[in-house]
Amino acid sequence: MKALFPVLVGALVALVVGDVLILGVGQSPADVYRLLLEGTWGNPYGFAQVLYKATTLTFTGLAVALALRAGLFNIGAEAQLALGGFAASVAGLALPIHTPAFLAIVVCVVAAAAGGAVGGAVPGALNAWFGANEVITTILLNFVVLFFLNWVVTAHLHVPETVHTPALTNGIVPRLSVLIPAFRGSAANATVLLAIAAAVVTGWFVFRTRFGYELRAVGLSPDAAEAAGIVLPRVRVATFTLAGALAGMGGTNFVLGYKHYYEDGFTGGAGLIGIAVALAGRAHPIGIMLAALAFATLSQGGLAIHALVPKQMADILQGVVILAIAIASASRARS
Amino acid sequence: MLSLEAINKNYGTVVANRDASLTVATGEIHAVVGENGAGKTTLLRIAAGELRADSGRVMLDDRDVSGWSVTEAIAAGVGMVHQHFMLVPTLTVTENMILGREPVFLDRRRASQAVRDLSESTGLAVDPEAKVSDLSVGEAQRVEILKALYRGATLLILDEPTAVLSLPEVDDLWKVLRALRDHGSTVILITHKLDEVMAIADTVTVMRNGQTVGQFQTSEVTPADLALAMVGRELAEFFTPAQRPMMNAAPVLEIENLVVGQAVDGVSFTVAPGEIFGIAGVEGNGQHELIEAIAGYAKVTSGSIRRGGTPIERLSVRRRGELGIAHIPDDRQRRGLVLDYTVAENLILGRERSFGRVRLDRMKMAIEAQRLITAFDIRPHDPRRLARTLSGGNQQKVVVAREMGGIRDFHVLLAAQPTRGVDIGALETIHAHFRLARSEGRSVVLVSSDLSELLALADRIAVMLRGRFVTVVDRADASAEVIGRYMAGAA
Repeated sequence: MKALFPVLVGALVALVVGDVLILGVGQSPADVYRLLLEGTWGNPYGFAQVLYKATTLTFTGLAVALALRAGLFNIGAEAQLALGGFAASVAGLALPIHTPAFLAIVVCVVAAAAGGAVGGAVPGALNAWFGANEVITTILLNFVVLFFLNWVVTAHLHVPETVHTPALTNGIVPRLSVLIPAFRGSAANATVLLAIAAAVVTGWFVFRTRFGYELRAVGLSPDAAEAAGIVLPRVRVATFTLAGALAGMGGTNFVLGYKHYYEDGFTGGAGLIGIAVALAGRAHPIGIMLAALAFATLSQGGLAIHALVPKQMADILQGVVILAIAIASASRARS
Repeated sequence: MLSLEAINKNYGTVVANRDASLTVATGEIHAVVGENGAGKTTLLRIAAGELRADSGRVMLDDRDVSGWSVTEAIAAGVGMVHQHFMLVPTLTVTENMILGREPVFLDRRRASQAVRDLSESTGLAVDPEAKVSDLSVGEAQRVEILKALYRGATLLILDEPTAVLSLPEVDDLWKVLRALRDHGSTVILITHKLDEVMAIADTVTVMRNGQTVGQFQTSEVTPADLALAMVGRELAEFFTPAQRPMMNAAPVLEIENLVVGQAVDGVSFTVAPGEIFGIAGVEGNGQHELIEAIAGYAKVTSGSIRRGGTPIERLSVRRRGELGIAHIPDDRQRRGLVLDYTVAENLILGRERSFGRVRLDRMKMAIEAQRLITAFDIRPHDPRRLARTLSGGNQQKVVVAREMGGIRDFHVLLAAQPTRGVDIGALETIHAHFRLARSEGRSVVLVSSDLSELLALADRIAVMLRGRFVTVVDRADASAEVIGRYMAGAA
């Protein structure tokens, strides 16, 4: 319960600030919030869109949270997400045409994880071998990776007049509307199941396995872990690699499930919001899934409330939630 | 005159000061000595208004100032200079001086002239315009002292001021302190180095376990007297072992010419099966680094460590553990325990590989925890309690239980300050386990600043001073007086 305190504070502060802003533009908060809920949880399409957005955020949230558990700050989920999506698209394009559908999906998901893992292993190794601060390296690598992929795609792989690759012939994940017709038109797809599975497996891994035990020991008390014979650099590299793989798998949502191609800039800040998701979710898998839903609701709801207030309102609220949670966590840590 | 009367101060379950009293006369240099953790800094921080005592009185010239704030203390002329500098590195010396009391309109020239004047009159040479980040540690310390004086301090408290200084800088500092005293100021010097006390102090107060155990005129005591007072005079009766250690058997641990950075400067010794090998010495003479190097997480500069004949100085901590080396670190909260892990989780730390290849076997962990909690009487008997919530003595029992009774067997235990700060019950449990291990033919390397503990347990006692063993004596020839003399470097 005590762990939830910053989250409650964050929600409360966001509510108050939201009210003030909405009143400021001359609208009634009650109307705006009603519209926000109706546009998201209030109809099948809106709900499916929330699921779609929450899928990517769950992956990036897990990627940040796993590193947090080992005492590391992974600001690089954005780049790892992009690398994962890119690797999935390359795998989908490269596979022979008659590859069985299920096998193709598995190969593409593994490729996404591998792509993200590379993006995580590099800052992990720089930290372990050279003591480079992972916050700085991951921030900088975000730029390096995103611009590198931009160049690769626009110079070599794009369909003319666009910034995306050709459409995949393999590895396409079915939309949820195949099973639930009411979701028609929504991008929600079966990778949401992969996200839930990833959350469950990550939770099991962190809290139940031997490596998870060592990982948390390193995060809670590196000195004691070292004295016990746990090799800190090894744990840190492994953690960062796995975190990258988690973020990378998030790329399948857009690439395999929605557009069926890699598009420059598809990540759209989902890696950075993953930091907020991990913090708001207290680095716990269930918390992360709930936080991902909450942030996805704000994001999708921003579109719905457009009729009454500028849609940037939802972005502002996201920012306020993040700030309030960060401040509430920090002030508790100090007291 | 400053006096502290019957001061008590607790941090959670840790007792920092227990009925401690201190009287400092105006115009003297007064040393407060004691081992690390004896409560010196806490007591003086209470005097300087940085901490509030749980009970007791602080008197300044017959005025009751108990519970005053730092601001009030400074206004009354009491200033404290810390071990860790509290200066802003990007500002100049002058800017640091006036920080916190800067006027609305800053007259830089006048401020810097004031600093220069003060610097000249006290002999604390610094350039008022220099940036603090460009200063040496010795200069930074002079700035700290100047800052206190600039704020009008006539009673200056210095916490371990020589820890960061080179020898010539120490001599300069002594000159400054004497000059201050001769101008009527009072200086309180917190230290654990006895030679400093003898060199500079007029009066000395000794602290042990949070209490003040005596006040002496420096001219009337020897360093050995002080060493004894610091580590405790009451000697437990000698324990007569049922058997002698197997001095003729192959040694279980051989250290040869071990050098660890600047701290350990060529130490050699061997430990026989069934032997408790004690290492005495005032803290900070290399014992800590020696033990960390044998355990495997301080880098060995040169020399060799052999365990049962096998060189291990290049092996990992885990490999050394598998070869039978157990380790009770001196800082149990930082090195010995993951405070936010439960007791059960802490009891498998470093042995987690025996509890599952992939998944940790919770059942096996619970059984192990139950067994160790009972065997070592860890209270409360609850494996799910966070280690953080245990008392100091029970935290230490968790470490001892894991290292001595855990799933991994050991041949040599490296025990650094194993009973420091623990209650008497825990102390007896721990000592009993050391004796039991010895009678089973296992060995212990016991580092302790508590002489009575060494005399009660050890078969041989080495005394460590400035990174070297100055002597190794058999228990039969050891006494508090002899060891105390060696510890003070006066033999």
